[in-house]
Amino acid sequence: MMNDATPRLAQKKQHIIRREEGMQVSSWHAFTGTLKRDLLLVFRRRSDVVNPLLFFSIAVTLFPLGISPEPDFLAQIAAGVLWVSALLATLLSLDSLFQQDMADGSLEQLVISPHPLAVMVLAKVLVHWLVTGLPLTLLAPMLAVMMFLPEEGYSTLFLTLLLGTPTLSLVGAIGAALTVGLRRTGVLMTLLILPLYIPVLIFGTGAVVSAVNGMAVAGHLAIMGAMLMTALVMAPLAAGAALRISLNG
Amino acid sequence: MQELLSGQNLACERDDRLLFSKLDFKLHCGEVLQIAGPNGSGKTSLLRILAGLLPDFDGTLFFQGKPVQSDSDHFRENLLFIGHQPGIKLNLTPEENLRWYQSLYHPADTDQIYQALAQVKLTGFEDVPCYTLSAGQHRRVALARLFLHAAPLWILDEPFTAIDQGGVKEIEQLIADHAQQGGSVILTTHHNLSLPVELNVIQLGQSHQSETEQA
Repeated sequence: MMNDATPRLAQKKQHIIRREEGMQVSSWHAFTGTLKRDLLLVFRRRSDVVNPLLFFSIAVTLFPLGISPEPDFLAQIAAGVLWVSALLATLLSLDSLFQQDMADGSLEQLVISPHPLAVMVLAKVLVHWLVTGLPLTLLAPMLAVMMFLPEEGYSTLFLTLLLGTPTLSLVGAIGAALTVGLRRTGVLMTLLILPLYIPVLIFGTGAVVSAVNGMAVAGHLAIMGAMLMTALVMAPLAAGAALRISLNG
Repeated sequence: MQELLSGQNLACERDDRLLFSKLDFKLHCGEVLQIAGPNGSGKTSLLRILAGLLPDFDGTLFFQGKPVQSDSDHFRENLLFIGHQPGIKLNLTPEENLRWYQSLYHPADTDQIYQALAQVKLTGFEDVPCYTLSAGQHRRVALARLFLHAAPLWILDEPFTAIDQGGVKEIEQLIADHAQQGGSVILTTHHNLSLPVELNVIQLGQSHQSETEQA
């Protein structure tokens, strides 16, 4: 192995400024590289993953204690309680999406990397969903048992969360990107994002209630799928633009 | 010498304060350019403008004679920027940090990363979490990218912060080598540079009429 810097610098010189030489950078590598790095970071700080799940469980558990442990009553509010708690758990976890990267300077490295910023944002949002939305979706049926959700509702609850939580992560990334440059975000992000979450909530709970009442849910699910697709295309672009604005400040 | 980066009539205003205006400069291949000036004179702002992080300015930037906006991906492929923050994840090891950086440009194998870390005197620290390292070592991890990434244009914001005297000499040598190989370096520092190559200086903050002078 070479020990002095000179031979490698000479090698470097050869592909300086020559893009045509096949050394073109690949956005796919950048995407997987960022995905791996963020997953590794989550793995090193596992307590961050547990927090939204713990919040979700506690919030759902408090309803039977606070309102009524009556099975018939709980069955009626189950879909709404589960969905609202999942939504709030996602919202709370979004604060940290870009904050660390902003503080340590790796966000500006992402912005000046020769890749579309939307692709990089998508990698970060995917990690966020994998460690927040997906576990919430998997945990929800267990909490649904506690809430006496009628069994017709289980598959629909699971499906709506599977379609809805990625939408929440994607839309939330816009708010996180807009507020990342501020010293104290406080409730600003919640105010910005919550109105956009309401359609997801309405169709999510609507679908579960319909399923429990024996009605068709395909329409609800189709609309949730459409919302996910729209968010998938638009949200990374919007969040990327928002990040550039935040870095400018 | 081929022209690498140039700016025409640059002006920047931050918070209603004019940092600089009518700033022209030309940077050719093989040149080192130091941005000098007292604290708060806009050195970092200028570097961020040049790196494309601060779109809020007047004037035009040209990379290889063409406006930067016309092919900004090409510009960014050829740029290595190390900012005020070293951009190091404390929960990752130096190797993992560099692996991520290289995934953004040209993926590097473990051997290359270990060699680069050896160049910045971090042998033996490759796989310890960065939170156990000192501030100077964090900067060394960031500077190891200079050995991995074959970009012709380096923009370095205070690269000597927290680096010991021996390290400063090595980085100066690295900058000089890069210039002699045909690369260009733009940097800010409060340290007195002793380089074997010609050093151009942009002095900020004396008056609004900033001039380029040969040092």
